[in-house]
Amino acid sequence: MKNKLWALILYPLSFFMSADWLDINMPVGVTDISREVFGLHMTIFFVVVAIGVVVFGVLFWSMWKYRRSNNKKPATFTENHTVEILWTIVPTLILIAMAVPASITLKKIYDHEAEEGGIDIQVVGWQWKWQYKYLDEQVGNKPLSFFSNLTTPPDQYEFNRVEKNENYLLEVDEPVVIPVDTPVRFLITSNDVIHSWYMSDFAVKQDAIPGFINVAKTKVNVPGIYRGNCTELCGERHAYMPIVVKAVTQEEYQEWLQSKRDLAEQIAYLTEKEWTSDELLATGEEIYETRCAACHQTNGAGIAGFYPALAGSDVVMNDKAKQIEILMEGIRGSQMQSFAEQLNEVEMASVITFTRLAWGNEKSGDGEIVIPKDIVDYKETNL
Amino acid sequence: MSAVVENHDHHDDHHHGPKKGIMRWLKTTNHKDIGTLYLWFAFAAFLLGGAFAMGIRAELFEPGLQLMDPIRYNQLVTMHGLIMIFGGVMPAFVGLANWLIPLQIGAPDMAMPRMNNLSFWLLPVAFAILLSTAFMEGGLPGFGWTFYAPLSTNYPNVAYFVFAIHIMGASSIMGSINVIVTIMNMRAPGMTLMKMPLFVWSWLITAYLLIAVMPVLAGAVTMLLMDAYFGTSFFDAAGGGDPVLFQHVFWFFGHPEVYIMILPAFGITSHIISTFSRKPLFGHSSMVYAMVSIAVLSFVVWAHHMFTVGMPLVAELFFMWATMLIAIPTGVKVFNWCATIFKGSITYETPMLFAIAFVVLFTIGGFSGLMLAITPADFQYHDTYFVVAHFHYVLVPGSVFSIMAAVYYWLPKWTGNMYDEKMGKLHFWLSFIGVNITFFPQHFVGLAGMPRRYADYALQFAEWNAVSSVGAFLFGLSQLLFLYIVVKTVFAGKKATPQVWDGADGLEWTVDSPAPYHTFDVPPKVK
Amino acid sequence: MNTETTSHQKYYVPESSSIPIVFAVAMLFFGVGAADAVMGKGTTLLFIGIVTVIGTLAYWWSVVIRESHAGLDTPQLNTSYVYGMAWFIFSEVMFFAAFFGALFYIRTFSISWLGGEGPTAKGLAGDLLWPDFEATWPPMITPEESLMGEQAITKGPDENMYLQSIGSLGTWLPLYNTVVLLTSSGTVHFAHMALKDNNRKRFNFWLGITVLLAFIFVILQALEYYEAYAHLGLTISSGVYGTTFFMLTGFHGMHVLIGGIFLATQLTRSAGYNHFSDKEHFGFEAASWYWHFVDVVWVCLFLFVYIL
Ligand code: HEA
Ligand code: HEA
Ligand code: HEC
Ligand code: CUA
Ligand SMILES: [Cu+2]
Repeated sequence: MKNKLWALILYPLSFFMSADWLDINMPVGVTDISREVFGLHMTIFFVVVAIGVVVFGVLFWSMWKYRRSNNKKPATFTENHTVEILWTIVPTLILIAMAVPASITLKKIYDHEAEEGGIDIQVVGWQWKWQYKYLDEQVGNKPLSFFSNLTTPPDQYEFNRVEKNENYLLEVDEPVVIPVDTPVRFLITSNDVIHSWYMSDFAVKQDAIPGFINVAKTKVNVPGIYRGNCTELCGERHAYMPIVVKAVTQEEYQEWLQSKRDLAEQIAYLTEKEWTSDELLATGEEIYETRCAACHQTNGAGIAGFYPALAGSDVVMNDKAKQIEILMEGIRGSQMQSFAEQLNEVEMASVITFTRLAWGNEKSGDGEIVIPKDIVDYKETNL
Repeated sequence: MSAVVENHDHHDDHHHGPKKGIMRWLKTTNHKDIGTLYLWFAFAAFLLGGAFAMGIRAELFEPGLQLMDPIRYNQLVTMHGLIMIFGGVMPAFVGLANWLIPLQIGAPDMAMPRMNNLSFWLLPVAFAILLSTAFMEGGLPGFGWTFYAPLSTNYPNVAYFVFAIHIMGASSIMGSINVIVTIMNMRAPGMTLMKMPLFVWSWLITAYLLIAVMPVLAGAVTMLLMDAYFGTSFFDAAGGGDPVLFQHVFWFFGHPEVYIMILPAFGITSHIISTFSRKPLFGHSSMVYAMVSIAVLSFVVWAHHMFTVGMPLVAELFFMWATMLIAIPTGVKVFNWCATIFKGSITYETPMLFAIAFVVLFTIGGFSGLMLAITPADFQYHDTYFVVAHFHYVLVPGSVFSIMAAVYYWLPKWTGNMYDEKMGKLHFWLSFIGVNITFFPQHFVGLAGMPRRYADYALQFAEWNAVSSVGAFLFGLSQLLFLYIVVKTVFAGKKATPQVWDGADGLEWTVDSPAPYHTFDVPPKVK
Repeated sequence: MNTETTSHQKYYVPESSSIPIVFAVAMLFFGVGAADAVMGKGTTLLFIGIVTVIGTLAYWWSVVIRESHAGLDTPQLNTSYVYGMAWFIFSEVMFFAAFFGALFYIRTFSISWLGGEGPTAKGLAGDLLWPDFEATWPPMITPEESLMGEQAITKGPDENMYLQSIGSLGTWLPLYNTVVLLTSSGTVHFAHMALKDNNRKRFNFWLGITVLLAFIFVILQALEYYEAYAHLGLTISSGVYGTTFFMLTGFHGMHVLIGGIFLATQLTRSAGYNHFSDKEHFGFEAASWYWHFVDVVWVCLFLFVYIL
């Protein structure tokens, strides 16, 4: 009996004492600013809790003390200037006491100047993925740039057929890599609608506004993998464009940069190669699934009113040149974005080939395939 | 001319009852009829918006997409927000204003009765237009109740949304003009401004806010319409505009709007707490000053919804400080309510239970509001469930509880019947427990980083979301009880006396229960 | 405020009436029709909506006028109308405030940021995204045009509406418009004085002049728009300059038109039906307030859209 009683008390307590309980609070984070913000958060929290205890204490006590059965004759006073002045001034002082540290922290966060040895990464929100451009790192003649797409398969979120991964919806194909103890400026913007780049562990949340730049500066102290989200409603797949940041040591960072440069050379080599339609089809299907299916759907049927069907589309079936142009340039003023930067020549050719052959398009259309060379040619004539 | 006089051959004789049948409601100019229409409309909207919320909570019960695709989810969230705000809370308060303001100031009716009727009937019209998109290709709006550009400028069917909002705005503006004119021009002799009941005061201020900000909302949707269909570039950087401009215009409306949804609640609460404490309200005039200050401040805090859009530092600081200031007058109100209870002789009928729950839970919502106002911390809170928790605390156990309190409190005056006290208490306790189970855990998932407007979420948020969903269903089902209680009281129940509550004070308690169709044809004298 | 009234006069509460509900239904047609029209789904419903809305409104006001002539209104009811009109005008002020606010925001913030001015973060937009865009007002080249040249969809105007040189003052339409409107504010005031003097003829004369000026204004503005579209390459989609120019002057022009019709109605009432007396003429007063309001808006427009 006694044991059971203890269990009853201890069980809820153990919940709060286990490490997990931090899941119900803001993370402390891994930057100086994030720790400061956490401190600020806890301070205000305790201040309001204290005020709450006092106010509700008085309220509940009076409710109990002055219930009808206990107090037949109500008092009749309607004013008391002393307490009224007091309860205007005291909250004012409390507020000032909160505003001072808050303003100081804010001012620190707003230090946006570039620093010696720091790196600048331009972050671009796209429906529904993030692009990262390392402005100081050249690959070829352009800044190092890549896209970061969700990798959780639809089998997990849409059809719930497979057990969900540990990092369900928080995993991407290419995380953004930054060195620790180095000031990093994220220069955030968007290609289409407003997104918001949110990384709780850095206490960073900045909206990505198309046509404008917002800056979030951070300096991570602890190596690790950090996960965040897009936090501004940006259309239906708002929940499916996570952010993963990998903070590594300076050496690992340099290695990673080198691997990126090597990769670029490999791709250049691949475009020269002869491709068969089967090879293209295999990569194409995969690309289609991760890059296109969000809008045009896995079965190519689109969503009426939003996204046109590619199955049976005249462009896809019969107008190779036009389709390449659409994929390279996007369609102005619509959600159909340019994929020129997102896909390399091989990927581009394979996904176009895939759409031209899939869902019966091969039979009803001209059935021609697109090879990487076509894309290279397009780039040459149009640049 | 004689034709007119014939049309109006009854005009000397107001003491006849209402017309029979549907025409009574379609053609009425009677403030009580119109109040009733508003209240039922609001209730229907609350059920519809609530049903949408149940859809949201059902989808969020566990991670993964179970019931709908994300387009549908966004549509549910958007329509839930729009319907609850423009169809639920606001019309409910207008309904109460219609019923109570003439009764409380001793006026025969609202100042412009036909326009009053129009204000109401524009609402179903606007919602019909809004909801008609459900049957079109592209469907309902899915860009959030805040319809940020440029997501909304490229959305299907926005034109219907825009004109629906225009018509809702027209309805609100006409309704508010009516309220202001009634209060300024039709008070019974002797009812000076400072003697006016607090509900009337709260509505005077609310109406002023409405007239000031609804046209700005109209401006915002008009710019949106032009950008979407006529090639303007208000919100398009390519032409020299700025998407953030939209947010400034919207929130210049939006923030006063949230006080529009709470000021009348303050009025109601003041009446009820004083009645059931059997003690005059503490600090009547400081209550008025507090509301005026809140209203004035509400015009200079709008950008606290936009701390993360990248405003310059001075702007961030200004809006943080201004927002924090609002805690002071609001605190005065909370303290005054506590002081009213202090040394009272209190009983706990259903309206009082709801009113006290209002004070406590609204204050909790206010506290989280204050935390949100701290800009650096808001970088963490913004657009997470912490915000969702904040505004549901001020809106559901805030505005909605105050509306329920008001219904229980004045229902005997409206229908002549007492409601079933036992059932009322049951409804209260179920709602109270349900609402806390629903919205308290949202603070946790919010702090832990769960973004709002997410159809699907990471695994660490699963437990608390499940809890929240269970609470939501409990809270939702309890509202069916409310419907049952109200309907039952309309048709039957213990007869109510004119005074109804022994501590009640005010002109509305001097007329019969149910209040006759026409009251105060001859204005009463107020000492 | 009527707190002093001792002897009570009955406040006129109209019998139940079908006007509002008919009007609401008309608004349903109007709203759906307008949306249909905008989305290119045909204009039939819009047309029905406009006709029924105007018809119902006209009927409604005629009923109010007849009621007033039947002596149903009391001083208290008239006060209601006075307050009602005042608050309605206030709501209109706020509507224009939204558009003026947009103009100020665009001029002070978005254009400079896009042009690379402002605090670090904001100025970066110009450096990184729109390297060739320069912050000027009015922007004759849009940011997009500065980036893509001829391929841009949103291009700036060829010319703007500002006074190009002192020499062209004589052909500068906005100046004429300003003179016309300011004069009309005076004439409507003379009309009011005449009415107070109970001089019907003088009243009709000045009111007639005012209505005439109102329509001259509208015609001049139509001319200006024609010029803009036909010769200056300035359209509603010429970037933010075209946007703000046409939205502000357009909404103002619409209000002039409404105000003009409002005044013309009062003229018809006076000249055709002998309505109004030296004491009771709220219909006219409301119209003249509205007119003054439209005038003030114009002065702000003239300052911020054409001069500064
Ligand atoms: C009824 C509606 C209502 C009310 C009354 C409030 C009241 C307040 N709100 Fe809230 N708010 C909303 C509805 C409301 N809000 C909605 C709907 C949103 C989200 C919109 C959207 O994005 O969709 C929102 C969002 C919102 C944000 C933006 C968050 C974000 O998106 O990042 C902020 C930030 O400052 C904020 C602050 C406040 C503050 C400071 C108050 C204050 O008025 C609260 C004052 C009250 C108290 C403080 C408690 C009582 C006082 C005392 C007991 C005195 C002593 C206290 C102290 C000295 C601390 N609110
Ligand atoms: C006054 C306004 C108001 C009210 C009363 C409510 C009431 C409720 N709201 Fe909400 N809500 C908003 C205003 C309001 N809300 C706004 C403005 C938003 C933001 C929208 C946006 O992001 O654009 C929002 C968003 C919002 C979200 C966030 C969605 C997201 O960001 O992804 C959630 C999630 O839990 C939620 C839940 C609820 C619940 C469970 C209720 C419950 O209290 C509802 C209870 C009522 C009923 C259930 C109806 C009565 C009962 C029946 C009809 C019987 C049938 C019932 C059952 C089958 C159980 N609301
Ligand atoms: C963010 C949503 C989105 C994504 C992702 C997307 N599309 Fe599209 N796509 C659209 C929209 C919207 C249109 C219609 C644009 C218009 O006509 O206004 C479109 C049009 C097209 C068309 C022209 C169809 C026709 O019949 O005119 C093709 C071809 C196309 N997309 C192929 C692709 C391919 C291949 C991918 C992936 C590599 C892709 N799209 C990814 C939204 C998207
Ligand atoms: Cu991108 Cu939300
Ligand atoms: Cu706010």
